[in-house]
Amino acid sequence: MIAGDFLGLFNYWIVIVLMMLGLYTVVSRGNLVKKIVGLNIFQTSVFLLYISMGKVTGGTAPILTGKPEVFSNPLPHVLILTAIVVGVATTALGLALVVRIKNAYGTIEEDEVQAADDEREFGNTAGTRDEAR
Amino acid sequence: MGAHLPILQVVIPLVAAPLSVFCRRSVLAWHLAFWVSVAAFAISIALLIEVLDKGAISYLLGNWAAPWGIEYRVDAANAIVLLIISGISTVVLPYARVSIAAEIESQNQSMFYTCYLLCLTGLLGMVITGDAFNAFVFLEISSLSTYVLVALGANRDRRALTASYTYLVMGTIGATFFVIGVGLLYMMTGTLNMADLAHRIPPIGANRTLVVAFAFIVTGLGLKLALFPLHLWLPNAYAFAPSAVTVFLAATATKAAVYLLLRFLFTIFGTGFHTFGPTLAYLLMPLALLAMFAASTVAIFQVDIKRMLAYSSIAQLGYMVLGLSFASVTGLMATILHLFNHALMKGGLFMALGAVVMRLGGATIGHMRGLGRRMPWTMAAFVTGGLSLIGVPLTVGFISKWYLVAAALEAGLWPIAVLVVASSLLAVIYIWRVVEAAYLEESEGDSTPVEAPAALLVPTWILIGANIYFGVDASLTTRVAAAAARVLLGTG
Repeated sequence: MIAGDFLGLFNYWIVIVLMMLGLYTVVSRGNLVKKIVGLNIFQTSVFLLYISMGKVTGGTAPILTGKPEVFSNPLPHVLILTAIVVGVATTALGLALVVRIKNAYGTIEEDEVQAADDEREFGNTAGTRDEAR
Repeated sequence: MGAHLPILQVVIPLVAAPLSVFCRRSVLAWHLAFWVSVAAFAISIALLIEVLDKGAISYLLGNWAAPWGIEYRVDAANAIVLLIISGISTVVLPYARVSIAAEIESQNQSMFYTCYLLCLTGLLGMVITGDAFNAFVFLEISSLSTYVLVALGANRDRRALTASYTYLVMGTIGATFFVIGVGLLYMMTGTLNMADLAHRIPPIGANRTLVVAFAFIVTGLGLKLALFPLHLWLPNAYAFAPSAVTVFLAATATKAAVYLLLRFLFTIFGTGFHTFGPTLAYLLMPLALLAMFAASTVAIFQVDIKRMLAYSSIAQLGYMVLGLSFASVTGLMATILHLFNHALMKGGLFMALGAVVMRLGGATIGHMRGLGRRMPWTMAAFVTGGLSLIGVPLTVGFISKWYLVAAALEAGLWPIAVLVVASSLLAVIYIWRVVEAAYLEESEGDSTPVEAPAALLVPTWILIGANIYFGVDASLTTRVAAAAARVLLGTG
């Protein structure tokens, strides 16, 4: 019975696993490209969620054939097509930003970028404080 | 023509955006963007007048009947937000022409206006739409173009790139959370139309999938509106974006997200939803209070004044969320009034700072020294905007705080009324730092007047003037806010 429930909700288990994997990658990785990959995995889990909910057991593709049939719900599939486009645009923009960051800082490791910024900002504030005296 | 105003509101900027790419001279692109923005402003005024006279307008895209097709629905609650977005855009563009010319290289300027128009489209679209998934699509249109706009600040400071990257990661997580929530709602109700959702959710009753959907939507929108402690993307994005972009984003972007939160909480889930009360009382209200104090305190210690105002924005968003967490007509009025009023005050303040950045190349507290004599008009605008931010009578800030305190007292929560007033004192401290540097300290070295050009001063003073105007005569704004609050609570 438990196994049946598990298999019946198999898609949703995969969704949760992918979602957590993606989020964990975004949070834990310092490499900016790997963060984008994590973000991609995270978004992919949502695609699966939408596609799974549109499936009707025994349903076919919703194409008019003249005879009555059980169709899967095409709407979530169409919706997720839009979300896929959004995902592609986000990835492209994110990677373009990483290229710019690489050019400006010479690194794509988050902690090194952060260190470079801190050093500069610390230098700046120290400068203004000196002016004040 | 009149019947098609709701769609024209969104389609005109949407069509103009790709056209702007083909304008090889940036002046042409600017004219296109400006006149499109003027048209959007005129349409939003017409829509607001019609809504106040005759009630909600429903527009069916392609004439597909409502629950199946996409519906654009304008009522008092979103008509006022449309007015804020298109109005601020119309004031920002004349400012942007000079400010952007100084900050972005000329071959990229027409691209800037393309992104700007896309951002405007996205913000207007997510506010006007009556369809939950359509709101996500517009949310992403505005977000993606915002990331580009923020990154354009890289000419002045390379940290704009990392700020934009952080915003992209957090913004995408927020938007994805939102779309997960919408998906779960669709799973339970089989509809995406907001009005239809509002009908179908109550009969389902206490259901775990709905609670999860609710949680995902509130968290996702919390990220987009920079609800403390989900605000980490905001300070750097505002501090390092080009000046005109900061003005536009600070005055509009988070407002659209606040509107979506209002819409989902009050119209779609409704006050009867079983986790509604606890979420407002035990989650949103404490976080709003924390935002008011924590963000204001951090603002006091900022060296960069642009970032100081960004932290102040997080505190001000706290006031908006506090207002809605009372779930009363007065509380919602406070939220909607503050949406409008904060757009005016932060718009004016960031414009004044943009003028300083243009003249002096930066806006740290060191740059402010002696500026009262060097840029008298700019600093006078900053001081007036600052007074409004504090909530001095005769400015719009006072009107917002008045209704917030009234809502707190009405709910019998007098300690919260005290906290609202106390947190205003923190605003006095961080605004005073700038005033002290500008008027009481001498600038070192160069003390020649470097007043900003009229092209920057006029838009700045339009917004600052509006601060005073709507502070003295708030009858128009309170009337609209009252109508909007009643629509959201479903009592009008």
